[in-house]
Amino acid sequence: MRKIAAVARKEFRQIARDPRTLMTLLFVPLFVLLLYGYALNFDIRHIRLAVDDRDRTPESRSLVAAFVNSGYFDLVAAVDADPKKAVVSDRPAATELMDRNDVRAVLVVPNGLGRDVRVGHRVDVQVLLNGDNSNTATTVMAYATTIIRTEGLRYAARAAAAAPAANGPGASIRVATPLVTVEPRVWYNPQLRSALFLVPGLIAYIAMISAVISTALSIVREKERGTMEQVRMAPLGATSFVVGKVVPYFAISLLSAVGVIVVSMILFDLPMRGSWLLLLAALSLFLVGALGLGLLISSVAETQQVAFQLALLASFLPTLMLSGFIFPISSMPRVLQVITYAVPARYFLIALRSIVLKGAGVAAYALELGALTTFAILVLTLASVRLRRQWT
Amino acid sequence: MNAIVVKDLTRRFGDFAAVDRLSFEVAKGEIFGFLGSNGAGKSTTIRMLCGLLKPTSGSATVDGVDVSRDPEAVKQRIGYMSQRFSLYERLTVDQNISFFGGIYGLDRTRLDARRRFVLDMAGLAGRERLRAADLAGGWRQRLALGCAILHEPPVVFLDEPTGGVDPVSRREFWRLIDHLSASGVTVLVTTHYLDEAEHCNRIAIIHAGRLAAIGTTAELKQVFADRTIVEIRTSNAVEAMRLIERAPDVEKTSVFGTSVHAVLKHGERDVDGVKARLEHAGVPVASIEPVPPSLEDVFLDVVEEAG
Repeated sequence: MRKIAAVARKEFRQIARDPRTLMTLLFVPLFVLLLYGYALNFDIRHIRLAVDDRDRTPESRSLVAAFVNSGYFDLVAAVDADPKKAVVSDRPAATELMDRNDVRAVLVVPNGLGRDVRVGHRVDVQVLLNGDNSNTATTVMAYATTIIRTEGLRYAARAAAAAPAANGPGASIRVATPLVTVEPRVWYNPQLRSALFLVPGLIAYIAMISAVISTALSIVREKERGTMEQVRMAPLGATSFVVGKVVPYFAISLLSAVGVIVVSMILFDLPMRGSWLLLLAALSLFLVGALGLGLLISSVAETQQVAFQLALLASFLPTLMLSGFIFPISSMPRVLQVITYAVPARYFLIALRSIVLKGAGVAAYALELGALTTFAILVLTLASVRLRRQWT
Repeated sequence: MNAIVVKDLTRRFGDFAAVDRLSFEVAKGEIFGFLGSNGAGKSTTIRMLCGLLKPTSGSATVDGVDVSRDPEAVKQRIGYMSQRFSLYERLTVDQNISFFGGIYGLDRTRLDARRRFVLDMAGLAGRERLRAADLAGGWRQRLALGCAILHEPPVVFLDEPTGGVDPVSRREFWRLIDHLSASGVTVLVTTHYLDEAEHCNRIAIIHAGRLAAIGTTAELKQVFADRTIVEIRTSNAVEAMRLIERAPDVEKTSVFGTSVHAVLKHGERDVDGVKARLEHAGVPVASIEPVPPSLEDVFLDVVEEAG
């Protein structure tokens, strides 16, 4: 016990005196959180829109207003595809605006829209979209469809109300109102802010990378410097050495992860609907697995450079791509889906989202906690077998 | 009983025998020198004696403990220090001492006493708060020795302890080793510096994993008992060597600084012949006279014989 304490104390002192490690463990995570938190935003706003209003009636104007007032679109240009109507001759055509990337969408209101909707006739409104980014285009299309449909219903209601007065009793306009409508209620994240979806992933990602890299490097550094050999000459078992070494990194990683969570709550309005105790438990399990992975890497690598590359490969890529952090696992090819079962972040993410966003009880993610435990035991066993073999 | 007993110790790496049936004994309190060129098997032997490497065959006991049977017990009884020791550079002198004391399981009172001893011994009192990285070579080396003997081991292994250290610090270091030995600690030391080997009570020369010679320096020098070494001072050492190397009365030659050492087969009566040969060829001979064999002469001779 005294020996383990000596190793742990030494490690703490080394970390405290090594600005690089300290940065990696405490500030890089926060920096990454801010960078990703603000840059990785799937919410689409301020879509540059051009309007080609060939109708110029109160009805067409109210449709354009509906786009602008939705908050998603910024009206940046008015085009006139019809030369006869061109007020200013040098107004660019819609194609030109799209080509130059000045606008992402063009709303084309056909001539006669006002007249037709007043009598309850069907009208087609055209929306041109830039599809070079298919994700954005899909989202913009959904926004435009919703706005136009809502506006269409309003026209219909107005036409129905006006009909008796205009055509006398008995005449009727059939307003096409669908019999079944969708009333979506989005739970846990009602505004569908992508931050709430991404930040938990980010927490897992940051914790994984810093824990794996710092542990792997700290042991390999001792191999490189020759201090490992010196320590092996002492009557100190491999287990005492490894435990003493892991304890400080566990404490610091935990602190850093909690810091990232708290900052996420402040900056990204991440809620905390579940219990902190469960969160810490899940986080600890996840971190122990990550530290174990770092140890395993340190038992393979002989130089810090190799250790760094292996650690990056083992933590960065799988956690980013195969954990459900950004890309949903259910839409991956079968083979990749199978691989994701070996990625601990996958389980941690489910647990984390359940605790933070849903406030769900342990039952909801007991399986995931079990998987995290299994992973931790597996890598720790492997790592200790390998390290102990190298010890004597 | 002897502090170190090595019997037929062998270590193979695949087909290669790094250490080959090595046997020797070191008495308690003795300073035992281990000489050999790079790759001769010195470090492999030390690693086996420290319990870090399992012998392929043969046996070794250190302070009465069998190294292959109980390596952990061996570790408690030895101190080890190498040239590339291996302090934690970012930590202070004090923190390094605390760490090594900690992993050897010293309790607080004992650690404090030993800390004072080590600081005194290494001349580091008042420098406790300096980082190990900021210490000059000699101090670092003495601190390293101090950390290796915090737990007062009866046997100390020093693997090329004085590499890269200035002559004054080296002399200081050997004074510490003499002190250790006087207090009953057994020291096994490997070195490249043959002048340092003169400090040892006994020396073993190993070559290609085997024991080539063992004994006190005086005993080792006996290999030249019936031969004569002459030192030739000349302005053209290279030409001189070329001329006499194949002469019938010269056994072998080697360069020592600016002069040439020649081993003569028939003793002093060959001296005039050699001198005449050189002068005849136009190589000026400033002096040519018999010299007592140095340890370097012995080392080269022994290694060549063991070939």
